[in-house]
Amino acid sequence: MNLRIAVQEADFDATAELAALSAGAGGIASFIGVVRGNVGGKTLAALRLEHYPGMTEKALEHLADAAAARWALTGCTIIHRIGRLTPGQNIVLVATASQHRAAALEATAYLIDQLKTAAPFWKAEEFADGTQAWVAARPEDDTAAAAW
Amino acid sequence: MQILYFAWLREKIGLGEELLILPPNVTTPRGLITWLRARGTNYAAGFANEALIRCAVDQEFCALDAPFGAAAEIAFFPPVTGG
Repeated sequence: MNLRIAVQEADFDATAELAALSAGAGGIASFIGVVRGNVGGKTLAALRLEHYPGMTEKALEHLADAAAARWALTGCTIIHRIGRLTPGQNIVLVATASQHRAAALEATAYLIDQLKTAAPFWKAEEFADGTQAWVAARPEDDTAAAAW
Repeated sequence: MQILYFAWLREKIGLGEELLILPPNVTTPRGLITWLRARGTNYAAGFANEALIRCAVDQEFCALDAPFGAAAEIAFFPPVTGG
């Protein structure tokens, strides 16, 4: 399997990343998470993403390996950004490729669900009014991850 | 042992990592939390609610009650919120 894992401050080029997954594939599925402009009725100025260097990359590789063990994938790309991101900017790209669509679609959904609960990233929200708050984990994310 | 703190736990404790020599009776992450709490009010504040603390031992997620043996690195942090 063609595996690409990256944790970076820089943005990613989704078109180029998807094109890189086409070799040997019959279909490519992808998910891009972007920074919301509004959270709970408050205007967001920025999102700060912190991670655990070293562990993060290993955790993402574990997830990709688990997806590859479950679905016949020809490729898997996970790129997660860190640092300070503003509304509309990309946060994360998950893309998988396979011979047939079901495997890629399911593996992509699986990976984004697992990524929310099994990789050491933390988000803090900076609001336009000057306040800030760490994002609390959502029980429904645990439920979604456990459902697989 | 290298101890790391992330997110609001890092902010409450006031540092991201430190190298500590642990007493021999501290053998689990939960035992380490109890020991750290006694080191200062910043630790007591950070670890006030154990239900909100997760940990990793040598960069693998781990239960708070699992003995860490000869591990080199333990990290404490809130539940993760990536994606």
